[in-house]
Amino acid sequence: MSRVFAFLIRRRGGSGWHWTDIVTWVWLVGGLVIMFGPVLWLVFSSFKTPAALSEFPPTLLPMATQTVVVEGYDKPLELYRVTTEDGEERRLAQVRRVGIVAQMVDPEDPGTLYKININDRVPVRSVDFATGNYVEPMEKNDFTLYLRNSVFVTVVATIITLLTNSMAAFALSKYSFRGRDAVMLLIVATLMVPLPVLLVPLYSVVSAVGLFDTLWGVILPTVATPTGVFLLRQYMLTIPDELLDAARMDHASEWQIYWRIILPLAAPALAVLAIFSVVWRWNDFLWPLVVLSSKENYTLQVGLNTYAGELNVQWHFILAMTVVTMIPVVLVFTFLQRYITSGIAGSGLK
Amino acid sequence: MSSGNATRNRIGAAVAAPVTFAASLLNRPLKAWQKLTGNNGMAAFFLAPNMAIFGVFVLVPLVMNFVYSMTSGSGVFLGDRNFVGADQYQRLLDCSNYLNPRTCREDLFWTAVHNTVLFVILQVAFMAVVSMITALILNGRIPARGFWRAVFFFPVLLSPVVVGLIWKWILQRQGLLNFALFESGLDPVDWLLNRDWAFAATIAVSIWAHMGFYTLILLAGLQAIPRDLYEAAEMDGTRPARVFWRITLPLLMPNLLVVIVLSLIRAVQIFDEAYVLTGGGPGTSTLYLTQYIYEVGFASLLRNPGLAAAASIVMGLVLAVLTLVQLRMGRKGEEKGKR
Repeated sequence: MSRVFAFLIRRRGGSGWHWTDIVTWVWLVGGLVIMFGPVLWLVFSSFKTPAALSEFPPTLLPMATQTVVVEGYDKPLELYRVTTEDGEERRLAQVRRVGIVAQMVDPEDPGTLYKININDRVPVRSVDFATGNYVEPMEKNDFTLYLRNSVFVTVVATIITLLTNSMAAFALSKYSFRGRDAVMLLIVATLMVPLPVLLVPLYSVVSAVGLFDTLWGVILPTVATPTGVFLLRQYMLTIPDELLDAARMDHASEWQIYWRIILPLAAPALAVLAIFSVVWRWNDFLWPLVVLSSKENYTLQVGLNTYAGELNVQWHFILAMTVVTMIPVVLVFTFLQRYITSGIAGSGLK
Repeated sequence: MSSGNATRNRIGAAVAAPVTFAASLLNRPLKAWQKLTGNNGMAAFFLAPNMAIFGVFVLVPLVMNFVYSMTSGSGVFLGDRNFVGADQYQRLLDCSNYLNPRTCREDLFWTAVHNTVLFVILQVAFMAVVSMITALILNGRIPARGFWRAVFFFPVLLSPVVVGLIWKWILQRQGLLNFALFESGLDPVDWLLNRDWAFAATIAVSIWAHMGFYTLILLAGLQAIPRDLYEAAEMDGTRPARVFWRITLPLLMPNLLVVIVLSLIRAVQIFDEAYVLTGGGPGTSTLYLTQYIYEVGFASLLRNPGLAAAASIVMGLVLAVLTLVQLRMGRKGEEKGKR
């Protein structure tokens, strides 16, 4: 706290506030609001009931009118704070509303019916998290299915990526064979061929091998990432060859060398690739959108987009499911931020 | 602490055991293969899985794309399609005035090209300025720098669909932004239903989502500038503005160029966030190239994969040029670094 305070009153050269201090401060606080605000707003909104969502002006926290169960009435009644003519304030439950007059009862004493002008009453509201937004879409099965598909795609694609990329990187960094440079060149050359350029023929290849509208059709085209091979190769080049030679002297097979020496030593690079792969595959949108056609195969991203594109947008569900979609990435970010930032600074990959 | 570690180790061992077992099963056949084929054979074995997938899902489509762009019809497989030569390209490029998409035969393509060019120019320019300022500020003497860096970086990891939906929710008619306008006494705006505002929204949202990435690259560059240069400038009493133009900017140039080219390459491919946010509308005001390819190739009723392939090759050529520029600059940067 004292550091923050010291920052607040810090002055350039001791002669009053320099304009750069003000710009810094404004930029940081403005950044905090603009970058963080929308996400916070999403999270708070996701706990609101449909009625609260369509309110204008909106409240920050999800609010709901309190209800009470009153003897003699089946449904819970909404609670209001009523100012009576003699200036007294009472809490009454509304039985029904006719025009501008509300029929209300005292929850303690449900015998007498009061007639109150609706302008004389204010709903009693309290913070209330509408968890139904989360439970309902999950129970309707759609989203549990999407969630499962997304988890499957992310996990399987990451495992295959790590395995195949590390094997290829091992061959490209530790063996000399004819055509190695050609293979390397090929990989580097396609490093920058983006998906939109391959969309049409890739669709037909995936259909031809019978993977159209399957989760494997989503997984396989993404796993041979040139970026991954490149990243791992660069790292494996720093592992000394003497280590491998020593193992060979001890009659280790090449497979054992890969499995017992190279993989453990390349763990930091593998961790970076794993983190990126998880984020990439979890967030993939265009390719799953093209290759998946039946609803039960949708991933979360495609499912969300479909729901949001419907004529009758059910925002209360969509907002909640958007939060669910965000959770894994937020977890990855909070716990593994260090790896991500160093990975980007080190190789410019994304 | 130690008991926690022990549990973690035990869990790790339990997960690793079957994997290690599977790996050891592979050892014997692979040893035989090694004896039979030598080191070259092993290299082939290690390369095979990756290169097989790479070949089928990257190389083959890459070559096929050229063939596709010279065929017509709506069939998915090449056998069902007619060879038409350069017809699709002619159709794409048939235009009496390239500056006015309405005079073109494929007016949608040219609308997408116009939108994309304008998007790229504005987005890259603003992106460079915004991430530059942010990097400079994050590099200054501020408390809790790690926290502030995280604040600007975290949207990079959010999925484009999530980004699109977050902003769709804020920009809708009864959304937060209109409430803020209302509170300050201004009239609400239909942000996503007005052509110009929707276009601006796609630019702003994509900057919001990606600026953290470029800020990080610039920050790495700033931190590599030797401190003594600034100390010397301070001793000479150089004005801050002059320090920026004479020291910071020239030394940061390689990173700034990387940022500009990388964001150019990404901006040309803009799709996900914009598609979720506006769906290309209102009308065609936010229809970008990738969405054009997607709609012509897959989504529209009168799908025409050949035309989509031709359009994707045009886009691929632009990207190839940009990539070459980038590689060239990367090499120059390396030389500079070595010196």
